[in-house]
Amino acid sequence: MNELYPEMRAALRAGRSFATVTLLATGGSVKLLVWPDGQIMGSLGDATLDQRACEAALPLLTHGESRIVDHPDLTVRFFIESFVPPPTLFMVGGVHISIALAAMARVVGFRTVVVDARSAFASSERFAGVDELLLAWPDEALEGRIDSRSCIAILTHDPKLDDPALRVALNSPARYIGALGSPTTHHRRLERLRTEGFAEAALARIHGPIGLSIGARTPEEIAVSILAQIVQVQRQA
Amino acid sequence: MHAFLDQIDTWLARGEQVAMATVVRTMGSSPQTIGAKLFVASGGGMIGSVSGGCIEAAVAEACQEAISTRQSCLLRFGVADETAWEVGLACGGTIEVFVEPLP
Repeated sequence: MNELYPEMRAALRAGRSFATVTLLATGGSVKLLVWPDGQIMGSLGDATLDQRACEAALPLLTHGESRIVDHPDLTVRFFIESFVPPPTLFMVGGVHISIALAAMARVVGFRTVVVDARSAFASSERFAGVDELLLAWPDEALEGRIDSRSCIAILTHDPKLDDPALRVALNSPARYIGALGSPTTHHRRLERLRTEGFAEAALARIHGPIGLSIGARTPEEIAVSILAQIVQVQRQA
Repeated sequence: MHAFLDQIDTWLARGEQVAMATVVRTMGSSPQTIGAKLFVASGGGMIGSVSGGCIEAAVAEACQEAISTRQSCLLRFGVADETAWEVGLACGGTIEVFVEPLP
């Protein structure tokens, strides 16, 4: 029996990272819970084994990976499973594309955040399903919140909102940065950022025009093309 | 797994017992990734998935067994395995699933 489920549940609810090490055997469920700082809960039945399991689990947890680990000398197999909070997709612009993109991204496993400074756009009626709706200037809302697993889709089509968001995104370790706009719009955008001093390597991080080229026309179809591109970037490590 | 917590809470609050099935190894063209989960309640409810659907029924049955015996078990399905045909694992992959009852 999985005695550690209550702890797993509480950590998942709180958005905490952890790993579990499970002995792959028939019978009682023998499990160890490992926190990122190396603290453990539960036991595999032997302190030395717990220590070895913890050492094997920590590097996998760092990378959010899960796999079976064999200990031939011990003739046992463990399943090490990493539980990390879902990555966040920030959508800048409470536009029609964001409504569709937020709904689809949730299904794919993202925490969804929509930011817009315009109350008519960032309204809870339009975005009932998002995890977080921020009525704020995008640069202020995003500052300090973007980590190396975050994805950012910049969708307002208005340089007053787009450019400040892009500056924050380019100065962050974001996994994916995409910006809506035609090739001409994107060209002008890159020119403005270049003038501000952004290097070519930084500008090359922006996917623009945003999304995979699948001939998308409607906002919903464009959302599909953006999400497909995000998955592509995530999986091409 | 986070997405399933509300449903699991509902089952447990209702007094149902729940088992958790986790994909621990895949080879070949199995459609689910490692860590994919299926939760099964004693009342017959299911949430999540461990395959494209082809081994769901067999895993759900093992979950009910785990609920009644309070024992964990490791299941292996594959093309070389006769049970693969019985459960219709047509995708040509091999998959190992660990089943454990929740407290």
